[in-house]
Amino acid sequence: MTPPAIGNSQEIRTALCVFLILLVPLAGAGLSLINTGLGRSRSAAHAMLTSLCVVAAAAGAYFVCGFAWQGFIGGPAHSFTVGGKTWSWLAAEPLFLRGHDWGGSSASLAACLGVFSVGLTALIPLGSGSDRWRLGAACASSALLAGVTFPLFAHWVWGGGWLAQLGVNYGLGRGFLDAGGAGTIQTVGGLTALSIVWILGPRHGKYLTEGMPAVIPGHNAIYVSLGCLLALVGWTGLNCAGAILFTGAAPARLPLVLINTLLGAGSAGLAAAATTRWRFGRPDVSIAANGWVGGLVAASASAPFVAPAAAVVIGLFAGVLVALTVEWLELHLSIDDPGGSISVHALAGIWGLLALGIFAQIPGPVANVSLAPALPAPGDSGQFLAQLVGVATLLGFVLPLTFGLNWLLNKLLPQRVPVEGERQGLDLYELGSSAYPEFVTHTDEFTQQ
Amino acid sequence: MKLLGFLLLLAGWAIVLTAIVLLPGAAVRAGFIAAGVGVEILGMVLAVRAHLILRGEKE
Repeated sequence: MTPPAIGNSQEIRTALCVFLILLVPLAGAGLSLINTGLGRSRSAAHAMLTSLCVVAAAAGAYFVCGFAWQGFIGGPAHSFTVGGKTWSWLAAEPLFLRGHDWGGSSASLAACLGVFSVGLTALIPLGSGSDRWRLGAACASSALLAGVTFPLFAHWVWGGGWLAQLGVNYGLGRGFLDAGGAGTIQTVGGLTALSIVWILGPRHGKYLTEGMPAVIPGHNAIYVSLGCLLALVGWTGLNCAGAILFTGAAPARLPLVLINTLLGAGSAGLAAAATTRWRFGRPDVSIAANGWVGGLVAASASAPFVAPAAAVVIGLFAGVLVALTVEWLELHLSIDDPGGSISVHALAGIWGLLALGIFAQIPGPVANVSLAPALPAPGDSGQFLAQLVGVATLLGFVLPLTFGLNWLLNKLLPQRVPVEGERQGLDLYELGSSAYPEFVTHTDEFTQQ
Repeated sequence: MKLLGFLLLLAGWAIVLTAIVLLPGAAVRAGFIAAGVGVEILGMVLAVRAHLILRGEKE
């Protein structure tokens, strides 16, 4: 009997990418569980339903115009020329995902990864708006994120746009690199989370009088821990698929990506647990879990480009950073972020992007501007500068854009539930039923007043 | 104050873009990019301060 014919390398690459992309929804499941577990029990069903709805809304907006404006490396794009250099600023693909070769082309795989990535991005602000964000407003905000903010930045990084071109045009290393989405997914989502916190304000009873803010603990540490484990599986798929599609990494490099992803998460989780042990006398479950996810986030950008030892250093720093900034934002900046999304996704994401510029050892050409990989730049001294320009773009352009869009949305469709909604819990107020009907209602700041 | 903070964020980004396009020397370019990021950090500080003031007024 003759063995079945083995497909060509393109078919194997396509099958591998599809398998890796199929893992990405597990990252979304993990984030949903973490957001739900860190919120109150009386908003748990609302949190899970909102997770499903925002993923759907984000996928819809991405289908309508998101991928058309994100595009893919080598695809049609709107460009302008400055000083003889071409700046690609927006893709010019057809709307509604029309006109693509769905037979395993790189563009179709990028669209497939993009639709899952944008869903993951939309889940990030949910952790910050926990217990007070209306379902309808969250969906509308997610549609704006997936239809405007995400595709614009994703084109600049993953679609061969001007940030990716920094190396070719201006000799800044290989241009801005972000293999697994530390900037494109995590920091964009984290900065949107910051905007949502500023617009919604803190939960009722969080900052009652002068002095320490009230502690409103998460309701289910098991959800949070399980979410971390699911997130690890999802992140491995995300980082590997991103490395293949957006940097042209060979499948042989994937074991390094897998190892670096796990080392980043593990070292960050341990560092966060140790930091809370040092600060409070005992390890804190929620902050250690946040540290774990912060490590995944920080390792995303550079997983194909750094040695395992560097991944450990990146993770350790991310864990300490997350553990300290969660507390700092809450105590000193009055930022009520129940899910820790700003520290975990925005700050750890920015650290991961800069860490790539510090630790990266890029072995060969990188295909982030055209499908034919660009030749290595002479030395890579400008890589840190390229990463810094990307971070400056996130802070200087993406944050004002996402805040402005959500501020306008808030004028049209108020995003926060009234105090009565918070008192009842979003389950009863918006859904009419509770996630845990047999639970006894605990006393809280409302009944104490 | 929040608006001023966001304007500074945009201004810092504009400095970074201008440095990339106009300055050919690596050291000068790096300096101006760092200056642009510094302006952005100032903008972030103002935006955060504005958020703190707004919260204080509500209380």
